[in-house]
Amino acid sequence: MITLDLFINVVSWASVVLGSFLVLLGSIGFFRFPDFWSRLHAASVIDSGGMILIVLGMAFQAGFTLVIAKLALIAIFLIITGPTATHAIANAARVSGLTVDRDLNQSKADEKHSKTKKQ
Amino acid sequence: MFEVCLATLLLSVIILLYRIYLGPTLYDRVIAVNSVGTLAVLIIGVVGFLSQRPDFLDIALLYALMNFIGTIAVLKFFRYKMVDAPPLKTNREDGDL
Repeated sequence: MITLDLFINVVSWASVVLGSFLVLLGSIGFFRFPDFWSRLHAASVIDSGGMILIVLGMAFQAGFTLVIAKLALIAIFLIITGPTATHAIANAARVSGLTVDRDLNQSKADEKHSKTKKQ
Repeated sequence: MFEVCLATLLLSVIILLYRIYLGPTLYDRVIAVNSVGTLAVLIIGVVGFLSQRPDFLDIALLYALMNFIGTIAVLKFFRYKMVDAPPLKTNREDGDL
């Protein structure tokens, strides 16, 4: 029984710590990425990976009570609505005429390439 | 260990708020607000577990519902410049939603 408790504790803390690490990683990526279209990817890390792992860790801590049903409701709702909201935002941005900056690093690479070609 | 999780979530919220302050376009700010809403749900749940009051999860569920509706309402307002009275026919030249 003690080993089972220890196992549940270890799994719960591991998933909570990994989830909060993913949330921090996603927010840092959201801050540092250069473009709107690339920031979408970093935001999806927060919505999917971090949220699911933290809710899973809290569910392991709660045990079989009503709390686990509420946590499952929150997780299911966020899983459904997160990609929907992301799709709506991306579609609205595309319709409003926000274009993709193709040459963030590509232009520098092309310049370098043409310079070396000329030389 | 929930204290570490809470500190990390608050740090992430601060980083996202700075991106909202900087954000070049409207849509950066909208998706950052959406992420802050998701993090608010998680923070309320973690605070409920820290203070041994799991009733906070009801409030977290309410925040999850309001976050989605708020994001869609903001997008619809900036698209059609109104919140009520949806357009009757979809304008295909405008792009379909």
